[in-house]
Amino acid sequence: MSMLKDAIISELGSDAKFLDNYQHPLSVVFCSVPKARFLDAAKAMKKSYAFLAAEWAAEETPWFGIFACYRWMNEYLIVKTLTTMDDPTFPSITKKYLPAYRFERQIHSLMGLTPLGHPDLRPWIKFEDWPENAYPLRKKFDASKPMPYVKGDYEWVKAEGEGVYEIPVGPVHAGIIEPGHFRFQAVGEMVINLEERLGYVHKGIEKLFESLSWQSGVRLAARVSGDTTVAHSIAYSTALESMTGCVVPERAYWLRALFLERERIANHLGDLGAICNDAAFAFMLYQLSYLKEIMLRTNHRLFGHRFIMDRVMPGGVTVDIDEEGKREMLAELERISKDFERLVVIYDESSSLEDRVRETGRLAAEQARQICAVGIVARASGLNVDCRLFNPFPPYDKFKLNVPVLISGDVHARAWVRVEEIRESIRIIRFILESMPEGSISGAVDKPPSNTAGFAAIEGWRGEIIYWLQAGPNGEINRCMVRDPSAVNWLGLEQAIPDNIVPDFPLCNKSFNQSYSGHDL
Amino acid sequence: MIRILRQIIRTGIVTEPLEVMRAEEDIVRISSELEDAVKKRFRGSLAIRQVDAGSCNGCELEIHALNNPVYNCERFGIHFTASPRFADMLLVTGPVSRNMEIALKRTYDATPLPKLVVAVGDCACNGGIFGKSYASLGGVDNVVPVDAYISGCPPAPSVLLHGILKALKI
Ligand code: SF4
Repeated sequence: MSMLKDAIISELGSDAKFLDNYQHPLSVVFCSVPKARFLDAAKAMKKSYAFLAAEWAAEETPWFGIFACYRWMNEYLIVKTLTTMDDPTFPSITKKYLPAYRFERQIHSLMGLTPLGHPDLRPWIKFEDWPENAYPLRKKFDASKPMPYVKGDYEWVKAEGEGVYEIPVGPVHAGIIEPGHFRFQAVGEMVINLEERLGYVHKGIEKLFESLSWQSGVRLAARVSGDTTVAHSIAYSTALESMTGCVVPERAYWLRALFLERERIANHLGDLGAICNDAAFAFMLYQLSYLKEIMLRTNHRLFGHRFIMDRVMPGGVTVDIDEEGKREMLAELERISKDFERLVVIYDESSSLEDRVRETGRLAAEQARQICAVGIVARASGLNVDCRLFNPFPPYDKFKLNVPVLISGDVHARAWVRVEEIRESIRIIRFILESMPEGSISGAVDKPPSNTAGFAAIEGWRGEIIYWLQAGPNGEINRCMVRDPSAVNWLGLEQAIPDNIVPDFPLCNKSFNQSYSGHDL
Repeated sequence: MIRILRQIIRTGIVTEPLEVMRAEEDIVRISSELEDAVKKRFRGSLAIRQVDAGSCNGCELEIHALNNPVYNCERFGIHFTASPRFADMLLVTGPVSRNMEIALKRTYDATPLPKLVVAVGDCACNGGIFGKSYASLGGVDNVVPVDAYISGCPPAPSVLLHGILKALKI
């Protein structure tokens, strides 16, 4: 029996209607509630210590569905409520769940549904020069046409008082990174408030999915966030496979995990180097980026792409590994792990580095819990969450996994979680290479039946990635909801920065390293 | 400290000497030409400003890799600058998102003449998978003039070096 389902039943009784055979996989509980009780459902979930994983809307002409997905341990539960065009509103759950703050601003901006009781309805993603009535996620909206430009302003949070000044940064930053805008209010060197403004790389991804076929959607998923191409492809494919009941060959699952762990190691190596570099320790950057380059080259030789992009498809994967390839990879790992361990000792012994990374950019456990943080950010702040552990997708159900959890929540903790994860991923890859079953690497995928939904939660290197797919009345993609870990973790950066000095911002930001593209979609 | 020195000695110089990049035959030629071109046209120093105009971040990772010890683009006199005001060349990635249009135009205007603009990646060349829509304006040349195009999704670092050279020869 599901804990969350019980909680909903005891709070809402017969008001909650549980739907069988709509939401796949069937382990995800799906219920619909009257609009007036949407908030009560959130209250019941809060009482059960569930996290809010995502909130989104979908047009099911002539209706609009509003969905909230909750997670507790290994359970996911989706609550849906309906509204119509005549009354395009729904009860806000932001007061119960902090991450709903941005989810709802986004629903308001892109779907044109108003969350009643939301404290801040400034547009999000939608910029001031968009026409006010442009709601791209609505079915009537013609996404192929350019939008006219209008005049408008964005209202920033203001701070006043003696000695308070503002520093605007971005969207074009000093380094080779993605664009976003940050606004600091500071007194002297000390930051008293940080406000993020994102949306600069909004490319209309969710809308674009609706014009694609189920098969071609995976290529777009692979480009939601280029550094996480493997995990996003797996998440999209898994959600689709859950709806079609297609049988993915066992070997394909193991190859996916192999790609996923390689992606994790490569990104963590890059991040660790960048964190050290921002603490003025360039030696580490060059050493670690060299190790990363070695991995990318092996990827290219064995799988034909440095980031293993477009190698995961619905039904399986498109490349295999032979004995020769396995040997090559084992030798590569041997070398990387030796060098890496030496570098970890150097990191550990460097007192000047320690001085910069300890106690800097602290996200307390309670704050992490409130924003429902996921992935490395959560695990550095005392939250034991990892879909590979709590919601294991194959083959992670076949072996034991050690997930590092630290409590200090500072830059060091976020770096150290990465260190431990690199070690663990190397171990996993060795195990995979040893134990991978033989067999084919892809199976046939049918079109999903009409009026069904699919779901997947996959632990990418940043954290839990969620895809929710909905097949419309003609079996087409009616909605593809993408929730990158960044959609919640960006809130964590805002919370972690106050009380730090301005020059430490780049360091803190690197330690979070959230995706702009994955957030802006 | 002693550990750091040891590790540096153990690693040695990993930058691939031009003649060693045999696997990527092309590079041998390109690299020496690149060095010459930078010497000739920019007196040994080419300042590049990278602008992400809407990319998925894949292209950024590969541009980053140009700085790693294997490609070590600084040896050709190429370096990345923090401000467009010192830049000789703009490397622009991504389809231009509507929300980045103004920022890209401003960056372009802030770059002193003469300037070279290189579109990096399939998206920057023609909009790629994102094409043209309410949110994406397609390729970079729909917004600012482009001198050279480097295709690939994303283009590997060796391909990037090739493309930069091509741009210098224009
Ligand atoms: S070309 Fe490919 S890697 Fe580059 S921004 Fe476009 S999708 Fe991403």
